[in-house]
Amino acid sequence: MEDILHSEADHNGTSVGTINVRGLTKSYGPERAVDNITFDVRPGEVVGFLGPNGAGKTTTMKVITGYLIPTEGTVLVDGMDVRADTLAIRRRIGYLPESTPLYREMVTYDYLEFVAAMRGIAKERRGARIKEMTHACGLHDVLGKKIDTLSKGYRQRVGLAQAMIHNPPILILDEPTSGLDPNQIVEIRELIRKIGREKTVVLSTHILPEVQASCDRVLIIHKGKIVADGTPRLLQENFVGGRRVRYSIRGDGSEAAAVLADYGINILERDIAEDESRFVLSSRRDIRDQLFQLAVDHNWALTQLHREEGNLEDVFRQLTSA
Amino acid sequence: MHHTWTLARRELRAYFDGPAAYVVLSVFLAITGWFFANPLFLQNEASLRSMFNIASFVFLFFVPALTMSSFAEERRAGTLELLLTFPVRDWQVILGKLLSVSLLLLVAIGLTLFYVITLSILGDLDFGATLGGYLGLFLLGLTYGAIGICASSLTRNQIVAFILGFGIIFAFFLFDKIVDFVGPDLGAILQFLSTDYHFENLMRGVIDSRDVVFYLSLSGFAFLVTNYNLARRPE
Repeated sequence: MEDILHSEADHNGTSVGTINVRGLTKSYGPERAVDNITFDVRPGEVVGFLGPNGAGKTTTMKVITGYLIPTEGTVLVDGMDVRADTLAIRRRIGYLPESTPLYREMVTYDYLEFVAAMRGIAKERRGARIKEMTHACGLHDVLGKKIDTLSKGYRQRVGLAQAMIHNPPILILDEPTSGLDPNQIVEIRELIRKIGREKTVVLSTHILPEVQASCDRVLIIHKGKIVADGTPRLLQENFVGGRRVRYSIRGDGSEAAAVLADYGINILERDIAEDESRFVLSSRRDIRDQLFQLAVDHNWALTQLHREEGNLEDVFRQLTSA
Repeated sequence: MHHTWTLARRELRAYFDGPAAYVVLSVFLAITGWFFANPLFLQNEASLRSMFNIASFVFLFFVPALTMSSFAEERRAGTLELLLTFPVRDWQVILGKLLSVSLLLLVAIGLTLFYVITLSILGDLDFGATLGGYLGLFLLGLTYGAIGICASSLTRNQIVAFILGFGIIFAFFLFDKIVDFVGPDLGAILQFLSTDYHFENLMRGVIDSRDVVFYLSLSGFAFLVTNYNLARRPE
């Protein structure tokens, strides 16, 4: 596995698999599908583009792959400009377009052979490469079948094999799991994780658990702009999550409520009862230590102290509803 | 060039894996066979003229039918995006498509050599006219192919691609037939633009470079328009 997916080192000795996007704008007529976005992808990173349909994810990917020409700005892949060195860049990129287009009337093996030839793999090496891809993507059972007759999960694997056949350092995967059933999604994610250990991967999705499952880093794209950039965990903490603490103590908590308010802690919800009082508190800082100390000082029997894990869905909704 | 050939081979396989190539070849042979045998046996005339004429007429319909899927279907299925992100230039992709249609037409034309052999045994064959006719037929097929591919690059609907391709090709076929209805100046231009007029010239057995250049120019123009259409990256 490791051997199959291993990326070749650059001739210059610099690490391969870098993408630098600077002030990229892509317009269709008066409409800006991508509006002045800037970001970098480091070698070996797995980056997820997250955003609603029509946010500009696909357009950005199409520019990186050399399919579309930028209206403004530059895209560099390993230091080469997409406008000037488009063919050299295409050789370093494996691409799985949205909805996995394939020549459906072809047999899987013939299709991979065709792609290998188009990718410039020498005739005598094609068989070995197809064999490796068959192994990596689990295509043993379908090599002799027409692509038309394959399940969606298998077609997706053929699409991935097609994208990796020339062993590119960078993979661009547009919605790699859309339309798959839950089992197939798990399989494809597993495969992407395996690939991600060796290659730079940029994938797009509008399904949130996807980025949490597969990505080192998330770019949330909305209306052609990047509205957030960070690890899934960081995004959760910086936005909605990390600010809400569930705090419960034994007995009547009226007095405790007054103390908390004195310390400037915001009480979002309170449920005061004879046996147990429950609070939901919020603060910009992490107040868990302070809350523990308060309980000790006032001799409250602490029954719950829990910081709510933020949920990426909330972050997403917060950023993209407008 | 290597990539162009890979593409052309895939296209040819697609023709021959399905019924398309066999239907086209057998119907083409049946029609040309009838028009070859008819004068030979009924009028006792050892000429390929009516065979060439009907072949050029059949091309009007068959060639746009063969090319209608070339880019329209790739666009509909999304495979155009795959093709145009391979490390090849757009023109290599177009050339691959044109090459595959040309080769299929060459096979169709080649099969009619059977008639030539028969005629040369039975009677006195005008080799110059035969050579000119075959050259004309091939150039006609190439030109119609380039126009058909161009029409296919304008739409994602195969039927629209066929009608559009056929319409343009038919217009070029008709030009020299309306010469009498327009003035002599416009008439001369129309005649020069007519694909059928140049075919008639070549069939006479005089291979004039002007006729050859005409077909190559028209094909080249259609090729450039196709390249322009693809460069716009239609959805």
